[in-house]
Amino acid sequence: MDLGIAFGRVAFVMLFVLNVGGLLTWVERKQSAIMQDRIGANRASIFGLRLMGLFHPLADAIKMLTKEDFRPARADRFLFTLAPFVSVFFALAAFASIPFGDTLHLAGREIPLQAITLNVGILYVFAMLSLGVYGVMMAGWSSANNFALLGGQRAAALMISAEIAIGASIMGVIMVYGSLNMQDIVRGQGEPLLPRVFGAWIPAWGILTQPLAFLLFLTAGIAATKRIPFDMPEGESEIIGYFIEYSGMKFGMFAMADFLESVVIAGMTTALFLGGWQVPYLTAGGFQFPWGWTLGLPHLLVVLLQVSAFVLKVSAMIFVLMLIRWTLPRFRYDQAMRLGWLGLFPLSIANIVVTGLILLVGRS
Amino acid sequence: MRLGQRFYVVEVVAGLALTAHHFFRNMGRHIAHALGRTDVKGAVTVQYPEEHRPYSPRLRSLHRLVRREDGSPRCVACMMCETVCPARCIYIVADEHPNPEIEKVPARFDIDLGKCVFCGYCVEACPEDAIRMDTGILEFSSYSRTGMIYTKEMLLSLEPASPDGRPTSPVPIPAGRRP
Ligand code: SF4
Ligand code: SF4
Repeated sequence: MDLGIAFGRVAFVMLFVLNVGGLLTWVERKQSAIMQDRIGANRASIFGLRLMGLFHPLADAIKMLTKEDFRPARADRFLFTLAPFVSVFFALAAFASIPFGDTLHLAGREIPLQAITLNVGILYVFAMLSLGVYGVMMAGWSSANNFALLGGQRAAALMISAEIAIGASIMGVIMVYGSLNMQDIVRGQGEPLLPRVFGAWIPAWGILTQPLAFLLFLTAGIAATKRIPFDMPEGESEIIGYFIEYSGMKFGMFAMADFLESVVIAGMTTALFLGGWQVPYLTAGGFQFPWGWTLGLPHLLVVLLQVSAFVLKVSAMIFVLMLIRWTLPRFRYDQAMRLGWLGLFPLSIANIVVTGLILLVGRS
Repeated sequence: MRLGQRFYVVEVVAGLALTAHHFFRNMGRHIAHALGRTDVKGAVTVQYPEEHRPYSPRLRSLHRLVRREDGSPRCVACMMCETVCPARCIYIVADEHPNPEIEKVPARFDIDLGKCVFCGYCVEACPEDAIRMDTGILEFSSYSRTGMIYTKEMLLSLEPASPDGRPTSPVPIPAGRRP
């Protein structure tokens, strides 16, 4: 029974991330099309049924699976095959400790709505995100192609500068909520912000307590997904990146990994800065509005609301990521490095110092 | 570079506002369209095989041979077009015309449209105004080269396009064309 529950939690996260990741190919096409006054891919049909191009991800998958799976003669056979799996695996695994709901009390059990409960969940997500770059480097290294190797190097350099900025920028969040456990951080965001000034009106979401960290994290997070405007590891349009020698579904897996990482970054941003599964004014017993109204809700409904709030926030965040991806041109390599090391990194350190000072003054 | 541009954030937000504005405006129009306001369109896309943009009357499209009143070709097989054609894709065999007033008539008049570059020189060169490129037909692709060779009979059967540029005659299918 416990095993079943654990399995269910993992399955929910897996299916959520995988499906959203798959759906993102459709979202990307359609959203970019609508942003650019176009219609977007709408021709794939089953028995004349088009459903606004929703079958295109399916058509893509069929195409990818039926293409020739080519491997260069001098490529390292083992690593070349392993690389896309590494990329996808770590992107998938990273979502595991992001909480998608509060503890669910069902039939006398307490089920934490999180695939794995970890005290150091935030570090785990980082570890997984950074390990993802090994797949990319492996791909570049094992392809026996200098362009792929250069792409892999670019990916590694970008990843290091992004990871450091991510790590440093969320230090502020960890300091404010005083925990490395993502569930605790989300719970902390349900508390009112500055109750002496605003009363119970404003929840202490991370974006309000740590606005600079939010910006830095978002920028570095986009860099970690290797998508435009930080897509120089891939540089699909001209410089060609680490997956130049890949074809068929292996190539598809790299593309998939990017989308999955987008979902992970959206999930992390939601959990750390947008209040995770918190619905404003919703407590465990129901709504408690600051103007005095209360509305009791059964526990299951509350949990359902919270999970849908989480899904909604992640979707909104993905929309923003897509908006950025289809608005900005690519940073040049040196610009990205300068942004990472001379912009994001010092700013996030400054953020830590300022946050520390404010916390110190606030406590005393 | 202005100071605001150095920090990216302001400019990035301005750019995002622009694209987001387009997104929500077009989304609203798409929804209005789906709800029955068919005059509102959310995209500038022309859904090509089903929809066509109007063609210009000057468009050079598939050739046609102009007919006399009795239906015979107006062409007198003077070979001007064959000579001027830069792609050398016109092939004419001349024959005696039954009417002594008219010197010759083409027994064969083939255009290999697989080679034609649609320059329109043949139309300009013709002294009899016997060949024109005003059918409005552009969709005559083929899977084989022989499927692109149009004979005299096919070219004679074509009509000029309607004023909006749409073809008025069906596309003739060459004998060598696979479906
Ligand atoms: S349009 Fe130009 S290329 Fe084509 S048949 Fe006429 S002269 Fe030749
Ligand atoms: S130039 Fe005109 S008249 Fe002369 S052969 Fe060509 S189509 Fe016929």
